[in-house]
Amino acid sequence: MFFGGLLFVALGKDPVAAIRTIFYEPLFGQYAFYYRPQLLVKGAPLVLIAIGLSLGFKAGIWNIGAEGQYIMGALFGAGVGLAFYPYEAWFVFPLMVAAGAFGGWIWAMIPAFLKVRFGTNEILVSLMLVYVAEQFLASMSLGLMKNPEGFGFPGSRNLQQYESAFNADLIEGSGMHWGVVAALIAVIFAYVLLSKHRLGFAIRVTGEAPRAARFSGVNPVRLVLFCMGMSGLLAGLAGMFEVSGPAGQVTIDFNVGYGFTAIIVAFLGRLHPVGILLAGGLMALTYIGGDIAQSQLGLPAAAIQVFQGMLLFFLLALDMLTHYRLRFGTAEVV
Amino acid sequence: MDLSVINPVLFVAGFLVAATPLIFAAIGELIAEKSGVLNLGVEGMMITGAICGFAVAVETGSPLIGFAAAAGGGAALSLLFAFLTQVTLANQVASGLALTLFGLGLSALLGQNYVGIKPPRLGDIDFGPLADIPVLGPVLFTHDIILYLGIALVAATWAVLKFTRAGLVLRAVGESHDAAHALGFKVKRIRTLAIMFGGACAGVGGAYISLIRVPQWTEGMTAGVGWIALALVVFASWKPWRLLLGAYLFGGITQLQLNLQGAGVAIPVEYLAMSPYLITILVLVILSRDKSAAPASLGRIFHASS
Amino acid sequence: MTALIALEGLTKAYPGVVANDDVSLSIAPGEVHALLGENGAGKSTLVKMIYGLVKPDAGHMQMNGTAFAPAEPRAARAAGVGMVFQHFSLFDALSVAENIALGMEHPPAMRTLSQQIRDVSDTYGLPLSPDRTVGDLSAGERQRVEIIRCLLQEPKLLIMDEPTSVLTPQEVEILFKTLRKLSAEGTAILYISHKLEEIRSLCDSATILRLGRVVGHCTPSETSARDMAEMMVGTTLKTPMRAGKTPGDVVLELTELSAKSPSAFGMPLREISVQVRRGEVLGIGGVAGNGQDELLAALSGETLSKRGMVGFKGNDVGLLGPTARRALGILSAPEERLGHAAVPDMSLTENAMLTGAAREGLDRGGILDWAGARRFAETIIKTFDVRTPGPANAARSLSGGNLQKFVIGREVLQRPELLVVNQPTWGVDASAAAAIRQALLDLAENGTAVVVISQDLDELMEISDRFAALNEGRLSEPSPAQGLTVDEIGLMMGGAHGMEVAHV
Repeated sequence: MFFGGLLFVALGKDPVAAIRTIFYEPLFGQYAFYYRPQLLVKGAPLVLIAIGLSLGFKAGIWNIGAEGQYIMGALFGAGVGLAFYPYEAWFVFPLMVAAGAFGGWIWAMIPAFLKVRFGTNEILVSLMLVYVAEQFLASMSLGLMKNPEGFGFPGSRNLQQYESAFNADLIEGSGMHWGVVAALIAVIFAYVLLSKHRLGFAIRVTGEAPRAARFSGVNPVRLVLFCMGMSGLLAGLAGMFEVSGPAGQVTIDFNVGYGFTAIIVAFLGRLHPVGILLAGGLMALTYIGGDIAQSQLGLPAAAIQVFQGMLLFFLLALDMLTHYRLRFGTAEVV
Repeated sequence: MDLSVINPVLFVAGFLVAATPLIFAAIGELIAEKSGVLNLGVEGMMITGAICGFAVAVETGSPLIGFAAAAGGGAALSLLFAFLTQVTLANQVASGLALTLFGLGLSALLGQNYVGIKPPRLGDIDFGPLADIPVLGPVLFTHDIILYLGIALVAATWAVLKFTRAGLVLRAVGESHDAAHALGFKVKRIRTLAIMFGGACAGVGGAYISLIRVPQWTEGMTAGVGWIALALVVFASWKPWRLLLGAYLFGGITQLQLNLQGAGVAIPVEYLAMSPYLITILVLVILSRDKSAAPASLGRIFHASS
Repeated sequence: MTALIALEGLTKAYPGVVANDDVSLSIAPGEVHALLGENGAGKSTLVKMIYGLVKPDAGHMQMNGTAFAPAEPRAARAAGVGMVFQHFSLFDALSVAENIALGMEHPPAMRTLSQQIRDVSDTYGLPLSPDRTVGDLSAGERQRVEIIRCLLQEPKLLIMDEPTSVLTPQEVEILFKTLRKLSAEGTAILYISHKLEEIRSLCDSATILRLGRVVGHCTPSETSARDMAEMMVGTTLKTPMRAGKTPGDVVLELTELSAKSPSAFGMPLREISVQVRRGEVLGIGGVAGNGQDELLAALSGETLSKRGMVGFKGNDVGLLGPTARRALGILSAPEERLGHAAVPDMSLTENAMLTGAAREGLDRGGILDWAGARRFAETIIKTFDVRTPGPANAARSLSGGNLQKFVIGREVLQRPELLVVNQPTWGVDASAAAAIRQALLDLAENGTAVVVISQDLDELMEISDRFAALNEGRLSEPSPAQGLTVDEIGLMMGGAHGMEVAHV
């Protein structure tokens, strides 16, 4: 926070005002009634993706292509929705949810499968697939999914105007759409999994000591498939909820980097479900606060990105320093 | 579709240019990995180098000073990574990712006033009559000094790793930090230097994109080249000459798809633009069976217990 | 006789432990001096101070009458101190010559160096090719790399840390010849070991350390091994009790078991056939790196084998994973405690869950019973006298011996039908080692088939009914342990590895 202040000073802004604008305005300021729902809207996809990522990260499986899985989830979900247009039925939305989950899952299974079959590095493959997904998104929004009544503008039909496919607020104006519900369920699910279930224990042991995990009977192949699949599935869901709700349509730049920010969220939450919930909220706050600061104080949007990066650095340094001291104090000497 | 639009001479000259950022970034990462450090922040260091180089070149009017600043910027950013991984013993994967995210943000921030400006041009080296040789002349002798420097760097890296004691010590540290420590080598110092070298190289590679290849500044303009560089190191089995070969291969593919786009091939632009990434994946799959050349201590945290 | 090196009141403390407390000793030129003590007695810390890896908190050292305080290994080497490490400080992927060059201050050109390596290896009977990759060498050959690296510096003092733990008896003899020759030429040797018979045959004098303090000096050739052992341990030792018994039905049957090694420089298993019966202890000896880890992995289920290779009570279990084998009663304890048998940063409760989930009923349809795991951990701690504040402590915080007791106890308490252990007492103090051996014998007494893989021949002779040795991934024909001579054992272990030249 202090260095963040320095950053704002360096940009010639009043640090106190900047930090106040970012962290206080959205929650308690004059227009908080408008921003608070936004917090849920921004926070939900971050939490949803970060929960999935954290499972893999805990086990030392690095899916950093959530952005791509998010895009594919959105495309699959929207694709199903658009295919039914304009047919109204109760089952359209659930089908879209399933398709979105499947899209993210299948996109994550590519690096997972290549890793278990050929031993390729999942970091690089999942990342490359982000660029592929982005190109795919561009091709879809300019081609197949383009709104035939869109006067030639890129982008699909707006799903907000298609009732069966619209992921609307459950309570009008609350920001509480199905994605928020899914995020909360994911948090609880991950918490129970990690603390009570065999699979969660297997994930933790694998991350700490892979040989011990193998010795205890963990099947590393299945674990990779599960962790990658789960994180892809959740990222796909996030993308689908976003495209059918707040975003409304498939556009060429519909993705805004949630998949990457979620990596920060996962680490900031110390890979713990409850921590991720809080970190997701904090990150959403910096996004919204950053927007306000941008319009009110002229703070550049990139400053917020830098600020988020700094948060992560400090956390990493701090985390390891405390860990280090702890271990040093109890070091066994031979 | 008219493939005859593609001029083979310009194509080859073009892919030499396209490969140069990759060469720099990958050779820097190769040195870092040889010392046992996996720095996933290449993309972040490249983009930081791209903007540092661009801004300084615009301000001073000298592209060469720009390149020096890019090396400085990349190295400075890599020091953050060195601090996290060597001093606070943070996880290298997480720290590298953080570095990339941070670098992308930082570069966007630094670069907001430089969008849409044309940078000063770095002239080609004058080889005199050599450049007039048909075919070979334009292909080989019409480039800027940085491109040749990149090739020289590959040769130098190869020679240092193979023939010098410094190279031997570097390989030893990457092979087994415990054994190197027992022999009295300063593991952390050597690794920090290797990380900084990697940062400087990545910075120059980034600046080559913003100053020569494009030449312009846009946010996120490295577009995954840093990640491809990481893949390239694996592709090259940590061998400098194979790395050069790989860089030309990727450079060639990039250039080819651009030329095909220009030639109006019946494949949609987006699918052509995907191809370098898809081919990277394909190459990773083919080559990942053989990991024996990887430094044995790669990515492991060194904790000096005495 | 003036001392080559003299240590005066050396003290080194780490948080919570005094590793060396007022240690003094002196070594004359040409003297072979033994440093004797249990694991944790402070031997390693002491030699690390001489070698410049650790700085003493108090006390001083003299070399040839002048003050000697090496700030780093380089300074120690320059002063004429050479060290052969217990865990080799070698680089697997580099060649012999490159490894040796790394340990020298001013290495000559590679070609000259290779010639020097050949010269030294001829002179001292240590055949070694400079161009080979170290990762492909046997343990004995790797040690030769270290020794030659030291000898090329013409050291006045050579420190050897547990040099024989990785050698066959024949290789030990060759090493001793080399050391005697060096000693005759005036090189002093500081020889660290806990193998008393070796010290008695090799060393001129001995200093005994216990808990960081010097507790005695003696002349090994005039002191009995038992007396030295008791000085070292500080109490009278109990020898494990075993009752005569007749082995029962065949429990484990290996039929031409072959398996590739999972690691790059590992040893594949080659056509291993053996039977182990109820109530029998099969001891498997052999020099490290001859397939021990791979054999344990093939039995525990970490690596799967082809049909018909691993039989358990008449059933083929080669295709079953670790969990399924545990359910049948096949339990195991690998050599590496931290990171293989136990997760260092997890609590003992969690580590009890690690292998106890299935047999202790702690896994109910996927939901884990943590309260039950805690009770199980407490039982292990109590039954095996594990010294720790409680089951919530991390595995890493335990000393080697205590963690080993926990690991062995965890498996023993699950009533195994077949128990496979690798290096059960490696790095463990004598009293804990005795307790572990007793537990293994008791288990066999109650009808378990026990396979003990170990590099400690004394241990194997003490507890095994039958003995076999691993060599290059092959298992020798097992013989009754009683009455085996050292020579026979040595031949089963493959004699002297790579010493063909030396026989000429």
